[in-house]
Amino acid sequence: MSTQEKEPMFSAKNVKLFTAPLGRDNPITIQVLGICSALAVTVKLKPALVMALSVTVVIAVSNVVIAAMRKHIPDRIRIIVQLVVIATMVILVDQFLKAFVFDVSKQLSVFVGLIITNCIIMGRLEGFAMANKPWPSFIDGLGNGAGYGIILIIVSFFREFLGSGTIYGYPVLEKLGIYNIGYENNGMMILPPMALIVVGMIIWVQRSRNKSLIEHK
Amino acid sequence: MKHFSNRYIFIFSSVMVITVAILLSLAATLLQPFQEKNLEIEKKKSMLESIGIPATPADAEKLYDKYIKESFVLNSNGEVVDGVNAFTVVLRNEQKKQLDQQYLPVFNASPDDGEKVIIIPVEGKGLWGPINGYISLMSDLNTIYGATFDHKSETPGLGAEINTRGFEDMFIGKKLYDDTKFISVNVIKGGSKPNDIHGVDAISGGTITSKGLEKMLFDCISKYNDYLLKNRN
Repeated sequence: MSTQEKEPMFSAKNVKLFTAPLGRDNPITIQVLGICSALAVTVKLKPALVMALSVTVVIAVSNVVIAAMRKHIPDRIRIIVQLVVIATMVILVDQFLKAFVFDVSKQLSVFVGLIITNCIIMGRLEGFAMANKPWPSFIDGLGNGAGYGIILIIVSFFREFLGSGTIYGYPVLEKLGIYNIGYENNGMMILPPMALIVVGMIIWVQRSRNKSLIEHK
Repeated sequence: MKHFSNRYIFIFSSVMVITVAILLSLAATLLQPFQEKNLEIEKKKSMLESIGIPATPADAEKLYDKYIKESFVLNSNGEVVDGVNAFTVVLRNEQKKQLDQQYLPVFNASPDDGEKVIIIPVEGKGLWGPINGYISLMSDLNTIYGATFDHKSETPGLGAEINTRGFEDMFIGKKLYDDTKFISVNVIKGGSKPNDIHGVDAISGGTITSKGLEKMLFDCISKYNDYLLKNRN
């Protein structure tokens, strides 16, 4: 067990594994991975939240499984092994959603299945879990899942608020009576291109605050 | 990197695949009752929506028992077939059979306004996948009382609009028949005329879904023709 080793469970290094993907090493805004699903499931907060949780569970658990087996996985079939682990986890998550949060599972439809092809997960397994112990891999998985999730939640917050006038399904603008003075929801926000634009704006804000992230030619 | 023999790789992959297979089949078996329950609730919820009763997953079953009292199955001649549970008939499987062997489910409902309504399930093809729905008819078996549609994978914002209230409500009050001639309801590109009793507006950008929906209505409801004509009042 990694807990009995010299390094403490929440050493600075381990904490950094969690915090880096939230900010300067974010899988969506910095590594630009997993964009497809980020566009598709961010019309409303609730599906985005469930998607974020699903992806986090899949990455964290797959990372642990792969890290635990890393010394026994034959190099030549490692990608296949990683895919099998991810696919198994995704199918399990999908089955659970269908059984317990049916309405959300209907909204997410094919995108749960498509978590299998989410590059963030393959990237973490190949890049991190294959070379690290289970505990740091678990934290790394949580961090990357959360980094993906936080962008999803920001994007879906704006898209739901501006596009449907609600927050987590609660009709805020209607309650405030904004519609009575001639305000209308921006239907564009519901369409996929706006997700791309919102993600673009997050990238813009993040890079203008942290100049070291700007790539130079 | 340690070198692994082919033998090891074969054994490793076999063990992995068998473990995964056991795990997944176990999960599927354990969760199946919950999933089937959800589908059943979903079906009841849709039927209730077609007679204008909003239901949530929590109260769908109670409301269903309250409003939808009776169900039966017809054959294509409009005769009642005994011994078949209308609720468990899977339309997609029926549509693969010969017409005279198909079971056609009918649900009798009585909403709060005292109208005697029948609900007919419909299923057809959209652009990307299956679409389905429920049409409820008033006791003249000609006027549409309500409609609800759903889809598996139509394009969000375009074809997927068929399951919005705005689209579904256009069907209310439309007629299926011109006297005794079955017309069905047409989904008209560019918008239906205001006094058109057989037409609703198509969805802009969702032409193929709209056409599929129109065909679904015609194909599914026309099978009930004999029953509808015989029992109208």
